[in-house]
Amino acid sequence: MQIALFIIFGLLAVAGALNLLFQRHPINSALSLVVVMMSLAVLYWSLGAEFLAAAQVIVYAGAIMVLFVFVVMLLNAGEEDRTHGSKIAYIAGIPGAAAIFCLLSFVFLSERGQFGTTQLGGYLTSSVSNISEISHILFTSLLLPFEVTSILILVAILGAVVLARKEL
Amino acid sequence: MSHLNNFEIFLLFSIVKIAVVLVITLLAVAYTVLLERKLLGRMQNRWGPSRVGPFGLLQPLVDGLKLFLKEDMMPLAVERPLFILAPIIAFSCAMISISVVPFGATTMVHGVDLFQIANLNIGLLVILGVTSIGVYGIALSGWSSNNKYSLFGSLRATAQVISYELALGLSLVGVILRAQSLSLRDIVNSQSAHGALSWNIFGGFQFVAFFIYLMAAYAETNRSPFDLSEAESELVAGYNTEYSSMKFAMFFMAEYANMITVACVATLLFFGGASSPFGHIFDHVASGWFLSALCSVAWFVAKVFAFLLLYIWVRATLPRFRYDQLMGFGWKFLLPVAMVNILATALALSYHS
Repeated sequence: MQIALFIIFGLLAVAGALNLLFQRHPINSALSLVVVMMSLAVLYWSLGAEFLAAAQVIVYAGAIMVLFVFVVMLLNAGEEDRTHGSKIAYIAGIPGAAAIFCLLSFVFLSERGQFGTTQLGGYLTSSVSNISEISHILFTSLLLPFEVTSILILVAILGAVVLARKEL
Repeated sequence: MSHLNNFEIFLLFSIVKIAVVLVITLLAVAYTVLLERKLLGRMQNRWGPSRVGPFGLLQPLVDGLKLFLKEDMMPLAVERPLFILAPIIAFSCAMISISVVPFGATTMVHGVDLFQIANLNIGLLVILGVTSIGVYGIALSGWSSNNKYSLFGSLRATAQVISYELALGLSLVGVILRAQSLSLRDIVNSQSAHGALSWNIFGGFQFVAFFIYLMAAYAETNRSPFDLSEAESELVAGYNTEYSSMKFAMFFMAEYANMITVACVATLLFFGGASSPFGHIFDHVASGWFLSALCSVAWFVAKVFAFLLLYIWVRATLPRFRYDQLMGFGWKFLLPVAMVNILATALALSYHS
């Protein structure tokens, strides 16, 4: 069951990501990104991280991407033009992608022995809710990073307000 | 039943439950429309629909037939795939969120709960998530129609729904703090000890949260007095102006299904769900499991029905907000009050424990 979910939604995520790149209209690209995020949420859920899955759907797919779509609708952005791309993309992009691919395959190959013991979705049947565990860790051992992140986001919000005020 | 294994029993029961809930929800949607038309008529000193069947009771069937038989117009300049996708998103999201709602007391038959399709440990978050995905239906319908009135309607609706989602989510935190769980079944069970006295709205002192939830829910479902997205004096018909036939009907049904979902959530979170207001005093009257299960479902339906009546009453009473008033009300009043409510609930809980 978990393997079937993984295959279906993994393929859906990859297909959505490819569609995101190939679509020429920004709204179609944004909707493909929504599909990617939803399938990632299902993958999180099948791995036993149900809170992460719900947060992914509510925050990313439900709030941030709606804002993206909203802006695209408001600006009435047209289709993008095909260009040959910048030189920097060719110079830095291809070696960068190759480096990431090498790094990931190195990590996967060196940690190959661990894969057999990993429980795929084995936590779904357990009755322990990981929400309480997450909140416990967030408010005890990870309290400082959590609060610093909150202040960082607050600063970003204030910055956005200041920028918007200047234009009025 | 004995020759089936556990998984087959689970599958069979689940399919039957899904079919029954789907049929009942669709019927409820159809008859909520009739109820609204009848009651609005009475409140405006006229009859409402009264021609088809006794008291106009067959009116929803005829309406449905009419919408099926109408020509499905597709304007030439629409963005075709998204134009078709938008009502499907709106309608399916409205239907999905009903699947985590527990309709009655826990009644286990062969290890399957009869009155709930899925008891998820993040049930409340699933409802919030599915509702936030439903925004795409409205947003895309307005944009893909290629019509300025539709676009305005959908922009208004989207901005309104995103803004009020915050106040709605924050108003539920107090309830979650009290129940210490996100599972809707656990939240209902946490209020079932002493009848109405232990409901979150009375015994739990969550009445502030309840009123925030109620107002935010009216805005979430684009209902009067927050129905600016379909303000007919300004925007023709709002985001669904270009839709006809069954595509229009899907938006229409999605609106009423959302109303029912919101009423269900209010019942579960603040009014003890399927539990009786008298607690366990009258348990000996309906002693068999069948009678007690029936009673619990009846209480649930009665509470949801009361919320639907309130919806209609509010629509008949209150005039529409202005758009800046709507945004100011959501951000400057409901949101801070919801935060204060969270703080007060958390302080009270930590003081008591």
